[in-house]
Amino acid sequence: MDMNTLRSGITAVSFVVFIGIVWWAWSARNKSRFDEAALLPFNDDAFNNDKRDGEAR
Amino acid sequence: MSAQTAYNYTVVRQFSIMTIVWGVVGMLVGVIIAAQLLWPELNFGPWLSYGRLRPLHTNAVIFAFGGSALFASSYYVVQRTCHVRLFSDGLAAVTFWGWQAVIVLAAITLPLGITSGKEYAELEWPIDILIAVVWVSYAIVFFGTVFKRKTPHLYVANWFFGAFILTVAILHIVNSAALPVSFWKSYSAYAGVQDAMVQWWYGHNAVGFFLTAGFLGMMYYFIPKQAGRPVYSYRLSVVHFWALIFTYMWAGPHHLHYTALPDWAQSLGMLFSLVLLAPSWGGMINGIMTLSGAWHKLRTDPILKFLVVSLSFYGMSTFEGPMMSIKTVNALSHYTDWTIGHVHSGALGWVGLVSMGTMYYLIPRLFGRVEMWSVRLITLHFWVATVGIVLYIAAMWIAGVMQGLMWRAVSADGTLTYSFVESVKATYPFYAIRLLGGLLYFVGMLIMAWNVFKTAAVGKAADAPIPMPAIAHAAANASAN
Repeated sequence: MDMNTLRSGITAVSFVVFIGIVWWAWSARNKSRFDEAALLPFNDDAFNNDKRDGEAR
Repeated sequence: MSAQTAYNYTVVRQFSIMTIVWGVVGMLVGVIIAAQLLWPELNFGPWLSYGRLRPLHTNAVIFAFGGSALFASSYYVVQRTCHVRLFSDGLAAVTFWGWQAVIVLAAITLPLGITSGKEYAELEWPIDILIAVVWVSYAIVFFGTVFKRKTPHLYVANWFFGAFILTVAILHIVNSAALPVSFWKSYSAYAGVQDAMVQWWYGHNAVGFFLTAGFLGMMYYFIPKQAGRPVYSYRLSVVHFWALIFTYMWAGPHHLHYTALPDWAQSLGMLFSLVLLAPSWGGMINGIMTLSGAWHKLRTDPILKFLVVSLSFYGMSTFEGPMMSIKTVNALSHYTDWTIGHVHSGALGWVGLVSMGTMYYLIPRLFGRVEMWSVRLITLHFWVATVGIVLYIAAMWIAGVMQGLMWRAVSADGTLTYSFVESVKATYPFYAIRLLGGLLYFVGMLIMAWNVFKTAAVGKAADAPIPMPAIAHAAANASAN
């Protein structure tokens, strides 16, 4: 196979994969898991009584 | 506190303190070389000449100051968001002492004139091997911690830190491949235009992954924490991450416009640089919008000022960068001081300010204090630094555009209107303004160093406990049975 066909193929596959990632990120199914992940920096507040850290829990 | 129930803050503290120390050193060297451009009499002997101090400045601010800030913040964030202690305390200590050894070796060899001549990769092969060893240890500590995490998700900041660590390892090893001819001299494994392309593939991705992805990791943790609200859109942060990963790798050729590099490769580099505007601004908007509903905090919280203004400079320089990668614009801007202005808008504005904001957040927590010794000094630092940046980049913009226009000006008879030295003469006042701007930024760093010293002096090294809901639950269930 011509090397350039392979290169073009990889470029096209990368683009499709990226579109897939965008679809995956915005699919309603994943909303709750991302909302949960967004709170990760705040989940340790309950344990160390760190008054400086924010309001979000 | 026992090693099992507390986070490893020791290595975070060490890297944080060295961030401040190397910040002062690196910026001082920057001020010295800016003064040398204004007063060439300041070039004392070969060791302290501009040509040898300039790589010392770039290595000190990027790898010593920026690198230490990245080690400190990534070790802090990965532990805090994975709810586990670092994978290996011993290996973490290796990364600290190893990285400091690399910096000291750089500070000795570069003034001696020992260099491989590759920009941002000047260090000779024995030091390159040490860097590779330290970096692989860093990857083992970081990913080892990620793999033993107690949290169901891996917070997005860790994705950025992880990409930064992985990519820098690949970039460094590939670009540093060389044939040693003696202990302190080697020649690149690549030749001619391939060598240039590998160098700028490395160089631009050092910008993309060392100076961008790593610091975006900081942004995604410390802005939400300091603002007290979760990131504006977690979904956008996921797309931001993958868009950066897919595009940054191809932007390097814009450093080689109108050179022996094939024309198609130059155009490809330009195109991907233009595409980069989208993820860069997506990330910037995501960070800034995290403050929506909490804008009032900007008025009173100087740490938030540092973090948010750093994002504004990130937005500015990631707009300017794609614009300068357009070949016709590059024909004007390349080899002029415009490039220096662009780099410092990113370096002083984005990387510097976000690191300083992060350090102001970290230092009190690492020394058992509620806040820095003086909050007023943080505000003072912010304004001194911001005025310094504006003076610096405005001077370099004007100087650069002027140089580009003078170099291309042609008289009616077809001869060049200006000789080169006339453009140097015209640049002279702007070198003075640049020195003033750089000096202000350096003074800001001294203010910070004093504030950190006082905070550490009144405080006491403190380690935070690891939250253990899972273990606590298990114990409660066991006793109930």
